[in-house]
Amino acid sequence: MALKMVKGSIDRMFDKNLQDLVRGIRNHKEDEAKYISQCIDEIKQELKQDNIAVKANAVCKLTYLQMLGYDISWAAFNIIEVMSASKFTFKRIGYLAASQSFHEGTDVIMLTTNQIRKDLSSPSQYDTGVALTGLSCFVTPDLARDLANDIMTLMSHTKPYIRKKAVLIMYKVFLKYPESLRPAFPRLKEKLEDPDPGGRTGMLMRTPRSPGVQSAAVNVICELARRNPKNYLSLAPLFFKLMTSSTNNWVLIKIIKLFGALTPLEPRLGKKLIEPLTNLIHSTSAMSLLYECVNTVIAVLISLSSGMPNHSASIQLCVQKLRILIEDSDQNLKYLGLLAMSKILKTHPKSVQSHKDLILQCLDDKDESIRLRALDLLYGMVSKKNLMEIVKKLMTHVDKAEGTTYRDELLTKIIDICSQSNYQYITNFEWYISILVELTRLEGTRHGHLIAAQMLDVAIRVKAIRKFAVSQMSALLDSAHLLASSTQRNGICEVLYAAAWICGEFSEHLQEPHHTLEAMLRPRVTTLPGHIQAVYVQNVVKLYASILQQKEQAGEAEGAQAVTQLMVDRLPQFVQSADLEVQERASCILQLVKHIQKLQAKDVPVAEEVSALFAGELNPVAPKAQKKVPVPEGLDLDAWINEPLSDSESEDERPRAVFHEEEQRRPKHRPSEADEEELARRREARKQEQANNPFYIKSSPSPQKRYQDTPGVEHIPVVQIDLSVPLKVPGLPMSDQYVKLEEERRHRQKLEKDKRRKKRKEKEKKGKRRHSSLPTESDEDIAPAQQVDIVTEEMPENALPSDEDDKDPNDPYRALDIDLDKPLADSEKLPIQKHRNTETSKSPEKDVPMVEKKSKKPKKKEKKHKEKERDKEKRKEKEKKDECEDAKTEAQGEEDDAEGQDQDKKSPKPKKKKHRKEKEERTKGKKKSKKQPPGSEEAAGEPVQNGAPEEEQLPPESSYSLLAENSYVKMTCDIRGSLQEDSQVTVAIVLENRSSSILKGMELSVLDSLNARMARPQGSSVHDGVPVPFQLPPGVSNEAQYVFTIQSIVMAQKLKGTLSFIAKNDEGATHEKLDFRLHFSCSSYLITTPCYSDAFAKLLESGDLSMSSVKVDGIRMSFQNLLAKICFHHHFSVVERVDSCASMYSRSIQGHHVCLLVKKGENSVSVDGKCSDSTLLSNLLEEMKATLAKC
Amino acid sequence: MIQAILVFNNHGKPRLVRFYQRFPEEIQQQIVRETFHLVLKRDDNICNFLEGGSLIGGSDYKLIYRHYATLYFVFCVDSSESELGILDLIQVFVETLDKCFENVCELDLIFHMDKVHYILQEVVMGGMVLETNMNEIVAQIEAQNRLEKSEDQVLG
Repeated sequence: MALKMVKGSIDRMFDKNLQDLVRGIRNHKEDEAKYISQCIDEIKQELKQDNIAVKANAVCKLTYLQMLGYDISWAAFNIIEVMSASKFTFKRIGYLAASQSFHEGTDVIMLTTNQIRKDLSSPSQYDTGVALTGLSCFVTPDLARDLANDIMTLMSHTKPYIRKKAVLIMYKVFLKYPESLRPAFPRLKEKLEDPDPGGRTGMLMRTPRSPGVQSAAVNVICELARRNPKNYLSLAPLFFKLMTSSTNNWVLIKIIKLFGALTPLEPRLGKKLIEPLTNLIHSTSAMSLLYECVNTVIAVLISLSSGMPNHSASIQLCVQKLRILIEDSDQNLKYLGLLAMSKILKTHPKSVQSHKDLILQCLDDKDESIRLRALDLLYGMVSKKNLMEIVKKLMTHVDKAEGTTYRDELLTKIIDICSQSNYQYITNFEWYISILVELTRLEGTRHGHLIAAQMLDVAIRVKAIRKFAVSQMSALLDSAHLLASSTQRNGICEVLYAAAWICGEFSEHLQEPHHTLEAMLRPRVTTLPGHIQAVYVQNVVKLYASILQQKEQAGEAEGAQAVTQLMVDRLPQFVQSADLEVQERASCILQLVKHIQKLQAKDVPVAEEVSALFAGELNPVAPKAQKKVPVPEGLDLDAWINEPLSDSESEDERPRAVFHEEEQRRPKHRPSEADEEELARRREARKQEQANNPFYIKSSPSPQKRYQDTPGVEHIPVVQIDLSVPLKVPGLPMSDQYVKLEEERRHRQKLEKDKRRKKRKEKEKKGKRRHSSLPTESDEDIAPAQQVDIVTEEMPENALPSDEDDKDPNDPYRALDIDLDKPLADSEKLPIQKHRNTETSKSPEKDVPMVEKKSKKPKKKEKKHKEKERDKEKRKEKEKKDECEDAKTEAQGEEDDAEGQDQDKKSPKPKKKKHRKEKEERTKGKKKSKKQPPGSEEAAGEPVQNGAPEEEQLPPESSYSLLAENSYVKMTCDIRGSLQEDSQVTVAIVLENRSSSILKGMELSVLDSLNARMARPQGSSVHDGVPVPFQLPPGVSNEAQYVFTIQSIVMAQKLKGTLSFIAKNDEGATHEKLDFRLHFSCSSYLITTPCYSDAFAKLLESGDLSMSSVKVDGIRMSFQNLLAKICFHHHFSVVERVDSCASMYSRSIQGHHVCLLVKKGENSVSVDGKCSDSTLLSNLLEEMKATLAKC
Repeated sequence: MIQAILVFNNHGKPRLVRFYQRFPEEIQQQIVRETFHLVLKRDDNICNFLEGGSLIGGSDYKLIYRHYATLYFVFCVDSSESELGILDLIQVFVETLDKCFENVCELDLIFHMDKVHYILQEVVMGGMVLETNMNEIVAQIEAQNRLEKSEDQVLG
């Protein structure tokens, strides 16, 4: 022993430690990778040694390499070894490595449960501490469930050091194992005040009250409450007390943040908060605290109904404090000030607007974060009065901006600001169009489509501006610079899309249509993206039509023919386009024009008819209009229009019954034989409805007429444009001109108004009446330059209220949405791990709580329920493995094995011990069914939805099948598909040592086939064996997992392999071999995937699936168990079950859908299947037949 | 919650990488690189908050960092943390390092990454702030160092 120790420390002297490794890496700058791979080889050697100190040193070095980006998951088992060292020094190294590299996918993690439990209850507080810290980083649902009770005990540990860690880690436990929240919550709440657990008298007995524990508890509850605030409202008084008594700024900040989350739910709380928060704002010197107070006051003020006069003081206080922050030289405070300001802006824009100067100043800041924040604020600060000025400032920034990202941000902001709430603040749309045109000069922007959309929107919705817009757009079409950028996606050339459409659609406003037409037909246009060219082609015709009309009216027949000739000459360039849309439109139009040409040659007037092609006007329709059309009363969209043929199919068409299963359950609406009167009434009602429905296309000859007839929807009178604004600004205008013009205009308006006011005043004087109207220039006083007629987007009448978006169903925090105020039920106790033999006999309630709770809370979401079921299954499986490992440490009573043996005989039995768990479940199941009176179960005929029917008693099953065995070793394996990687399956092989020798150096070699390949570590060749990552002492079993890549999964296949190992005992070592055959059945490629019945029905109706069926006779097993067998062995899940008929679903790792309809007759079972691959289906059904035949 | 704590030097060489959410190693390295480039182009006299590293989290996450001599200390946090509070926490962490290493410099972090982790573990646990009182932190560290030393002596 002593010699070994000395030897160990000598070994150690020659090993590199962490410092040497770091130094070495620094000295090998040029061939770092090579050096490190050398080091990793050394580490691997070190890990093989028995000396724990050497191992720990190696693991420590691995942790460093992990930081450099090297995957160290291969050493997971060694890390666990180091974690279980008795010395704190090593333990700490092990836990650190684990916390850096373990995660939920680490398979050996389940081996740590007992070690961690041991460390948690260690007498040394630092052993416990280090375990808690490590666990906080890699806790999995299994660990959380198994250790929740131990950690909860630690929450009342005598040492505050442990208490605070235990409290903090509970949050992680809740996340992974939501069932623990309710039972643990009372104790957590207790820790908010962390009363001394001694609590009696004598000072000596007391454990010190620790601010750390309280802070940890506040921390955890704040995290919980942030996600599901409503469950924590009842804690508000407690927190209120803490807030007024605590002096710890950390705790205060957390609590104040928490209140910020709670106030929106309970306005009364907000009212109470204002005063203490205001006091804190005045008194504290800590900026962080001040800032959070201001933030929460803002939240309170937002939640309170606005307009309460006594709160204006609070707003003022906040804004004033924020101003101080923004003016501070500390950039951090400036940033936060702006951030908080934007929150006030939403509800109290007026109070922020008075600080416009300050915010504009921030736009010039050198710090981009601050500039972006200031931009956000600007959005809410504009008014009719200052919009032009602000945008002008932004435009100068656009010119100055370096880097396209910030410039693009500015561009989108300008558009956002101008277009907000239906262009509310724009008084002069000519100015806005000019701004948009100016923005087109930006190079390299990604927002061409945004500008284009705005141009279209404005031109369509603001009728008064069309003339001006058309003139600007024709100038754009004419200018060359836009064409140049045509290569870039979403580039500025997108603007041409808008320009072309506007010029075409509103061509009657064009000054020189011929010129524009030529511009649009230039050869350069063909370099534009296809979708833009298509718009060009279409709108060229509109333009052409209007020119034709002009010429004909003027009697210039030659001119008209010349235009036609131009079209005939130029259109072919589009006909050659590679873009289908362009080509199609162009060739169609070319033929049309040629036809016109013929008519023109005969002097037939054509203009009228050509124009008629484009007559009528499109009104903008709100984007959600279609969705909001209410379903008229009496219309059932699901009802049959024609009654389906009666179900009188012949027997050969059996498989089709899968469809009818669905159909039959649908509510059928048989048309009652309506009498004439009823029909007439309905017809009348329908007519009425159609009249009110703008989407119904009626047979009325002119659609425009309808628009004119319907009052209200549109035709707000178009008012004359103020003539002081030039209608045509030559060339591309500078928007600045408008600013000046606008000022003049406003000035004039004001003068007029003043005049009027004076007159009125005189009148008033005469009338001896006083009216207190102070001459203030508010927003409302500014009349827009154009009485702008914004055509509102059409919405169907009596549109439905907006449908709210559902919450994200994948939110991991949803599981923690648990009512905490309900008293705890007995069933909700945390699972307590006891010794196994006692557990089997005495504590049947373990695991049962989950089941019972489910039945108590039927309102719980079905999906969650299902997930839980799946989890449970997974856990069960893992537990099985866990037990294999535990077997070496725990002495097992043999008698309960014997007890259950007769029951075990039914199923293939690779390993007795694994069945223990199942037996437990079974006995539990029995007890449960005994408890329930037979009538209490849901009526048997009721359809059972989704998920394997687990509630009932099931025969024991094991998915592990025997692979090979000899006198040394027994191999059993389970093949599972992996969802993460397409076409991969994981083969879990359990090796059991049945000899008295120690088995080591185990290697697995598998002969790959063309279709199936084993995933080997990098660098190893196909013929190398893959090492098994453990050794087996006598009587022990362990599991190794290997990944195989499968190319085609439609057929089952077999792979030959050999396990070679060294069996070593006292007499010596021998080299042994065991051959085996891995059988990949088609079922092993399936992954249990739940499916809802509606999705299932859709899948079947899609018709992409091929079908096949089998029938097996002589089956006596209950339908329930039969389904369970299919679920278990073939990885299916039950979609729906009615009586003795069930639909099932599964998915292959390559995404094939497999649907089954299982029916049980007297003594037979028929299985109809549908699958996207027929070979896969027939193979699957064969396998299923084999399974069923055994029943 | 704190999502990640990264320490790297002016050249982007990682000195401490601590994620509280699982990322594969290569993604971790990418995040470190991306964060480094984001932080590098910022002057020392502009604000210490940074929105949007594209790899971690989303809009809810912020990078809060401090630059000391040759090292950047970057915390990636979500909106439940107080920005100024985290800045203070970085200061506490650095001051603790300074106390434990006696005038800490980059070399200490390079050669004693493990010790830096142990110190950090007393400040932040599983992404949540564990202790902010420096004296308490240092006391616990020292107690553990003593424990380690006593074990070493037994070993001989």
